[in-house]
Amino acid sequence: MTEHNVCDLPGIVARWNNDPANMVQILRDVQESCGTIPSDTLDQLAKLLGVPRVRIEATASFYHFFHAESHGAYEILFSDNIIDHMAGKEELKRYLCERLWLEPRKLSEDGLVYVDDTADIGLADQAPSMLVNGYAVPALDHSRLDLIAELIRNRKPLADWPPMLFEIPDNIRQAGPLTGEAFTPGAALLATIARGTDATLAELEAANLRGRGGAGFKTATKWASCRKAEGEAQEHAGPSQVLPGPLGGEPSVARFSGGAHYVVCNADEGEPGTFKDRVLLNSHADLVFEGMTVCARVIGAKQGLVYLRGEYRNLLEKLKSVLARRREKGLLGKSILGEQGFDFDIEIHLGAGAYICGEESALIESLEGKPGKPRNRPPFPDRCGYRNQPTVVNNVETFACAARIAERGSAVFTALGTPQSTGSKLISVSGDCQRPGIYEVPFGVTVRQILIECGAEDAHAVQVSGPSGTCISFREFDRIIAFEDLPTAGAFMVFSRERDMFEVARNFTHFFAHESCGFCTPCRVGTSLLRNTMDKLAAGKGSAYDMNEMKNIMHILLDMAHCGLGHTAANPVVQTMEKFPDAYEKRLMKLDFEPAFDLDGALSTARLITGRDDEWAHLAND
Amino acid sequence: MVILTMDKTFILDGKTIPFEEGETIMEAASAAGVYIPHLCHHPEFKPHGSCKLCTVSIGGRLGASCTNKAAAGMVVESETEALNADRRALTQMLFVEGNHICPSCEKSGNCQLQAVAYHLDMLTPHFTHFYPARDIDASHPDVLLERNRCILCELCVRASRDVDGKNVFGIGGRGIKSRLIVNSASGRLADTNLSVTDRAVEVCPTGAILRKRHGFTVPIGRRLYDHHDIAEVPVAGMKEPRSS
Repeated sequence: MTEHNVCDLPGIVARWNNDPANMVQILRDVQESCGTIPSDTLDQLAKLLGVPRVRIEATASFYHFFHAESHGAYEILFSDNIIDHMAGKEELKRYLCERLWLEPRKLSEDGLVYVDDTADIGLADQAPSMLVNGYAVPALDHSRLDLIAELIRNRKPLADWPPMLFEIPDNIRQAGPLTGEAFTPGAALLATIARGTDATLAELEAANLRGRGGAGFKTATKWASCRKAEGEAQEHAGPSQVLPGPLGGEPSVARFSGGAHYVVCNADEGEPGTFKDRVLLNSHADLVFEGMTVCARVIGAKQGLVYLRGEYRNLLEKLKSVLARRREKGLLGKSILGEQGFDFDIEIHLGAGAYICGEESALIESLEGKPGKPRNRPPFPDRCGYRNQPTVVNNVETFACAARIAERGSAVFTALGTPQSTGSKLISVSGDCQRPGIYEVPFGVTVRQILIECGAEDAHAVQVSGPSGTCISFREFDRIIAFEDLPTAGAFMVFSRERDMFEVARNFTHFFAHESCGFCTPCRVGTSLLRNTMDKLAAGKGSAYDMNEMKNIMHILLDMAHCGLGHTAANPVVQTMEKFPDAYEKRLMKLDFEPAFDLDGALSTARLITGRDDEWAHLAND
Repeated sequence: MVILTMDKTFILDGKTIPFEEGETIMEAASAAGVYIPHLCHHPEFKPHGSCKLCTVSIGGRLGASCTNKAAAGMVVESETEALNADRRALTQMLFVEGNHICPSCEKSGNCQLQAVAYHLDMLTPHFTHFYPARDIDASHPDVLLERNRCILCELCVRASRDVDGKNVFGIGGRGIKSRLIVNSASGRLADTNLSVTDRAVEVCPTGAILRKRHGFTVPIGRRLYDHHDIAEVPVAGMKEPRSS
């Protein structure tokens, strides 16, 4: 895990079927075994795979977890969500850096350690947290960092570190049909086979299951449409046929392999503050895989893919063992449960640090080995998805729900929730409360009820569904969690009276600027303009003009951005401005305009060069 | 207003536009001589949809006209004050994102970014400049790569891949750090198989890719957009107005 060896490139490429569509996986394996992706590796890959180097470099330079320069034997990435900050992340990071004698973002002098930040790693209930060589370590405090510093100084391989550092409890505080009730693997499949695919689809329709990723699209509609869509006759294509790319994308380098319909599970749970899929996959993976298999039966797919976010690397082996067990039991593979022609298997792909890959078409691009940039739509994945074939992409929790509906029927499912939002919802509670963790609640529950359950007496604001969701103030705590009021992917970050909501929003603008894919002008530039303006306010140089500017940028993002990331990127700023105006007003120095430019700051390089820092080397403050 | 002629026409700013099956709004509008501001679109290449300048209102919903297909009876609005204000802001974003210094640029007067800015009455960059540090690559004997002026439209990427069959260009990095990269281990243009006659060299809408020793063969003041609004000559690399 720690020792970086000379990388067996041909072996890695062979393991991924010599298929350039698996480029992200190939690069991940190179990165994991060598610690870096050196420039000459790109050339070797280009030769081995027959793909232009420039295309591999585009992918290698897109993902946050890939890097050409060495990050030493230990790469430490601190989770950088506002919840981590509230739990003392900055101080702890400084502490660790001091213990290891290094500066962040700079390889230590002995070439051993590198420390940096990364976007939320899905452990907000156990903040602050970090990744060490890709493996999550939760609940950081001084004593754990002392131990880690010692392990690093002694050059202990990660495999020999005390396992308790990597233990991640589920923290299920309130269980429900998905998290609290026993499930016999195969039960949903038996019921599906007995009922037939038409009736199963009708059951999903009657259950009114809607996508749990937050958008709430009806699952039955998606499956039915995908089932109806004709898989193009790729069977006739040659083995290295270059498929035409989707509108606007580059040609897919995919080679045909297997069935013409695909089931994809979106486990790229990147929304800061969300960690419910981590828990479902850790303890209820059978339910998720079974939901995927039910989907395969309905739409006629032979191949399923789980796109697991890179931050959940620690779950990979466990998930693979669940898949192996399911194969042994005849729940995956050829002739599932003895049904002739019911062939389906699931492969796990890992992400590499890109929030945008949670967007379904960007996820598909990533599965095809490309930078995760959202496609032009239509066509949607149900008609033209993975390898340009009809593809169902659903959230982890949606598949788990689908399995339950297939197993028990729609009536049991609709007994919970509201007519428009049926069933239960997993809420990931974090922040200022006594009992952070997973709450499986019926849809329709009020924000206040959840706050009472989790022990958040002093709650002042809640960020529902993460930075791209809705910020609500204490005046709105009677609103309900439901598609008709507050739709959510699951994040529920609680902020007490003491918290500075400006800093919350500022953290989110940094997140969006970091995670914008850069494809479209408004998001690429707009998210950075927002971040810079918030930093300007934080530096005490803000004016009412800047506030207006941010509202204007929000309109441009809403009107013009290519995908949901851009559309929602200004929400945290505009909503906190509206609901917590004091947090902004106290920062405004002038009503008209104050330039961002710092004249004295601009002389800092000159001071560094001349080695001067006396009074005369500074401009007088006005 | 009830639209009775549903047969292969749609309404664009009150005007009836005919279209062929499969055509985008942009393609149909261009064929009818109607200009919709754009930078990453080029009729010879696959639609890209990234600059977002060509965003129009399609029955009240906003979408890029270069990627949305025309449909019978659809009502499209393009020349509205609100849309042009957004387009101006996008153009300003492109200006502040890079380092665009028109008075010292060889492309001035033939530059689409500059011409679109004039067309949209952009008078200032408005936003705070980023002043990014970007490389200039003068290694190639015949072609200069001036990344300060790149607007990431990917026209060179598409031209090199789809027409020249070479894959000389690509986009590396992510977000605001996205950058034009070339197909060589050294990262230098000289080490690619780019030839000065490649389509990728002439398709650049700005001064990011330039033929060396041709910068001032036509003097400033006698260049295309010195005399024509971009609405009259909307295609990158075109030498003459469409109508003449």
